[in-house]
Amino acid sequence: MSNIILEMRNITKTFPGVKALDNVNFKVREGEIHALVGENGAGKSTLMKVLSGVYPYGTYTGDIIFRGKVCEFKDIKQSESLGIVIIHQELALIPYLSIAENIFLGNERAKKGIIDWNDTITHTRELLKKVGLNESPNTLVTNIGVGKQQLVEIAKALSKKVQLLILDEPTAALNDDDSENLLNLLLEFKKQGISSILISHKLNEVSKVADSITILRDGATIETLSVEKDNITEDRIIKGMVGRDLLHRFPKREPNIGDIIFEVKNWNVYHPLHDDRKVIDNVSFYIRKGEIVGIAGLMGAGRTELAMSIFGRTYGRKISGHIYKDGKEVHLTTVSRAIENGVAYVTEDRKNYGLILIDDIKRNITLANLKKISNKFVVNENQEVLEAEKYRKKLNIKSSSILQKTVNLSGGNQQKVVLSKWIFAQPDVLILDEPTRGIDVGAKYEIYTIINQLAMEGKGILLISSELPEILGMCDRIYVMSEGKITGELSREQASQEKIMKYVVGHKKGA
Amino acid sequence: METLKTMFKSNIRQYGMVIALISIMLFFQVITGGILLKPLNITNLILQNSYILVLAIGMLLVIVAGHIDLSVGSVAAFVGAVSAILMVNYKVPVGTAILVSLLIGAFVGAWQGFWIAYVNIPAFIVTLAGMLVFRGLTMVALKGMSIAPFPEAFQKISSGFIPDFFGGKTFHIATAVIGIIFSVIYIIFELKKRNTQKKYNFDVIPMAFLIAKMAGIVAVINLFTFVLATYKGIPNVLILLFALIVIYTFITSKTVAGRHIYALGGNEKAAKLSGVKTKSVIFWVYVNMGVLSALSGLVFAARLNAATPKAGNGFELDAIAACFIGGASASGGIGTVVGAIIGGLVMGVMNNGMSIIGLGIDWQQAIKGLVLLFAVAFDVFTKSRSA
Repeated sequence: MSNIILEMRNITKTFPGVKALDNVNFKVREGEIHALVGENGAGKSTLMKVLSGVYPYGTYTGDIIFRGKVCEFKDIKQSESLGIVIIHQELALIPYLSIAENIFLGNERAKKGIIDWNDTITHTRELLKKVGLNESPNTLVTNIGVGKQQLVEIAKALSKKVQLLILDEPTAALNDDDSENLLNLLLEFKKQGISSILISHKLNEVSKVADSITILRDGATIETLSVEKDNITEDRIIKGMVGRDLLHRFPKREPNIGDIIFEVKNWNVYHPLHDDRKVIDNVSFYIRKGEIVGIAGLMGAGRTELAMSIFGRTYGRKISGHIYKDGKEVHLTTVSRAIENGVAYVTEDRKNYGLILIDDIKRNITLANLKKISNKFVVNENQEVLEAEKYRKKLNIKSSSILQKTVNLSGGNQQKVVLSKWIFAQPDVLILDEPTRGIDVGAKYEIYTIINQLAMEGKGILLISSELPEILGMCDRIYVMSEGKITGELSREQASQEKIMKYVVGHKKGA
Repeated sequence: METLKTMFKSNIRQYGMVIALISIMLFFQVITGGILLKPLNITNLILQNSYILVLAIGMLLVIVAGHIDLSVGSVAAFVGAVSAILMVNYKVPVGTAILVSLLIGAFVGAWQGFWIAYVNIPAFIVTLAGMLVFRGLTMVALKGMSIAPFPEAFQKISSGFIPDFFGGKTFHIATAVIGIIFSVIYIIFELKKRNTQKKYNFDVIPMAFLIAKMAGIVAVINLFTFVLATYKGIPNVLILLFALIVIYTFITSKTVAGRHIYALGGNEKAAKLSGVKTKSVIFWVYVNMGVLSALSGLVFAARLNAATPKAGNGFELDAIAACFIGGASASGGIGTVVGAIIGGLVMGVMNNGMSIIGLGIDWQQAIKGLVLLFAVAFDVFTKSRSA
């Protein structure tokens, strides 16, 4: 068929301690829609950042060949000048500028630094027509919905004479109609000869529009499927995405499960800014003593929002529902109340929400429970040193001393400090949100051991994770969340990666 | 020895400031031909800078919490004006007037704290507004005129000295005695601390080193009180300052509330998720700032023996500069009360020294500005090196 427009050959990219991409090969043909799929952390976004020059030439190994020429991009500008344009998951529009200003931002229609507004508006009109957006070029971006903003991004890409359009999860925030609209637009571009790379978790969309599908797993290319040759089904794609060795990655534990310790009933939460957007939709679940309960799902499924809305209502508005601790209803309206009632939440974002990076290990560990080492007002610093030392030893926090600033610790050790803090708060229920994100394998095992130990002590654990093997390896029972709802519940015996994936992706196009 | 090294390393900024202060003092001591450290001048130094140092203590808490307060100079002037109206025009007893003034300060702080903590308006804006509002109200209250003189008892706050119970003629014996008493208290305190640390099985600094440290500090205390004793003794306002420094050092370093302020400034989101009531902490930090602004206004009015519409002009900038020179971080979470005091003294000594050698106010301003810039640049430099 047609020519190869882009080839990425043997791309390897390492971050400190992690190999994010390992000899990845990836080919896109002229005028096709090529889908890139894989689990969270499989390396899709990293690969696209390498391609667009976000990670400049020299920080990775391997070759990028675009239209037969080897490219060495130093920044995004260089890749854009060749017509490679990436639209990120988080839209990069400036809310209080108009559509026209946004489209030509950094690329202004100007002579000697003075903007030609007539030219700008005319061009914007043309571009908006192409993407089928019926709005005035002078409308502020903040005044149009997410779906339309996505179209503005695409119009912006078109203004740069795009030849290869990369869309990272373009429909994640869109409703069904807007998604449909966007996919049709991609098909339209295809007719005009523009190639696209589509990163998506929504396999129904992928199988609808893609000509080829490349599957990444753990930073490596697994296979490339072609619509012409292969018989592509969602099951076939899921099989490629999952399926890896689970042995020996998780410490053993004999579950000793007791009565229900924590239960949430009919929990509803609305978005803090958009009043009409329901983020959590009638969720009910329970945790028993000594049980590790998993919540699986994709990013954006509402798992973190669920956890934070429960933990002192730190997320969302118009929250309704009931929480029971040991059978009695509790009202965890503030964080301190949640802590007093024995609930702890270990955040997924330890640097921004978990640690005070400029403070030392000691002060971070004791922050959530200063009561324990003080007589109401005055902190007993000697007692504090003893406690901090205890946790440093117990959780094996590798550091020069408890006076080391947490900013200088590795990810795994930072996470151990956060865990220490919450264990020190003496909770009965721990909500762990992505506790092993960005942590190397060895430290992961240590953290799994700590989690198991907490369960053995009779605490209830809620483990939120995007990594299916982690969920399967650690949990006694698993809930699957998708778009704010719990779409399935599986026992340890029933659960498999394929079954979970089906609940994750299958939910949407039942409708 | 290892602990000593890490102790020194983690406090390099503090020691750096002390060394800088001593060097600046020595420099001006030489260049002024010995006038700087004369008993009379040291007493003057304390009196001249007391009201800025009071503000700097409150400002430090505000800055550590990650905010700023531009209104303190205007608030000080306002409270000074109100106190003058009470005491001079209405003959309210001094004690009552002081109490009412401090309460007004607390209300002003609560007003600003409310907008910052609960309505989420940036502190810069709220206190900029406060700066204008309270300057305006000061002029309204004084009708553009000065009010004077204050009752004698009130003036004593700033111009008085502690009485000499022993009736020394040329030498203020009580001052020297106080120096000795403080030395004893200090030694007992250090030894007690060492004992509890031993009880917890911690490493303690070697006895020889401790004795050397104690000897040094005792020498400084007694030299200082001795010098003051050869003039008029300890000024009342020094007692006030000393009490404030001790109380606020204790609050910031030893109490749960202090921890919460540092945590809030270090990472507000993480502090909130750890159960710190961030809004109420911010609110109370501003209430505290209001009370200290009021106190500063009273001290200044007492020193001037008049309430004037222009009082407190630019105080806020001196207080903020003192905190930053003393090692506080503009992004919050870092800073000490002692650091802010040292920062304030650095500026005070420079003002005083430059005035003695006859440098104009114009050059003084410029040089102070450069000192502020270089002190913070030094901070950024050492931090980027250690990270």
